[in-house]
Amino acid sequence: MADVNRGNRPLSPHLQVYRPQLTSITSILVRITGNAMLITALLIVWWFLSAATSEEYFNTVNGFVTSWFGDLVMTLSVLGLWYHTLAGIRHLIWDNAIMMDIPTAEKLGWACLGGSVVLTLLTIIIV
Amino acid sequence: MAFLTDRKRATGLGSAKSGTAHFWAMKVSSVALLILIPLFVFTFGPALGGTYEEILTYYSRPFPAIIAVLTLAVGFKHFNDGVQVLIEDYVHGISQKVLIIAMTCLSYGAAAIGIFAIARLAL
Repeated sequence: MADVNRGNRPLSPHLQVYRPQLTSITSILVRITGNAMLITALLIVWWFLSAATSEEYFNTVNGFVTSWFGDLVMTLSVLGLWYHTLAGIRHLIWDNAIMMDIPTAEKLGWACLGGSVVLTLLTIIIV
Repeated sequence: MAFLTDRKRATGLGSAKSGTAHFWAMKVSSVALLILIPLFVFTFGPALGGTYEEILTYYSRPFPAIIAVLTLAVGFKHFNDGVQVLIEDYVHGISQKVLIIAMTCLSYGAAAIGIFAIARLAL
């Protein structure tokens, strides 16, 4: 039986047959924000490296990081960072098998989305 | 192929192999980052935008330098564990292995460069 029709089986319905829902959107956003922050992390490493190299090199890199484009990248990164952090807390809660019913999970989802915007605004004000 | 039994081919497949250690590593690093990230944002953030001299002075202080080093070390470990799951979900075969190795080298490499740079600023 085991060799029957291997690799040529019908696929189960995948993403495209499902209506987007808050739980699925907040889930994929965790993955997107987490992995996209590689760019930010590399930018920060580059900035530290330039500061440790020379004033001239620092001015070049710092000029890029603090340009309007750099500011845009950093602000979006802060938003992604706070979202990922809040959603991470949600995962740490869920790891205890609590608050997993759909109404509570959706409330937590809205808390992650709203909370990340609030924390981003606070960060912009404080920093 | 004809000599392989069905049992032999199925053994070892499935999801329950080394997943627990990976899950636990991500959980530990995520809790660490829960503390480190706010500290990093509110030490690195105000420093960003300063002049070369201001940055040298700021990062010669132990606290911001240690926070930055820990954040890069734990952050890149957490990223590496996370990106491995991403790759395993969407890429298969030899490219999966190549990508995981490449991202692991990138993660540890970038962390090492960052830590070296901060150590040089701090010392």
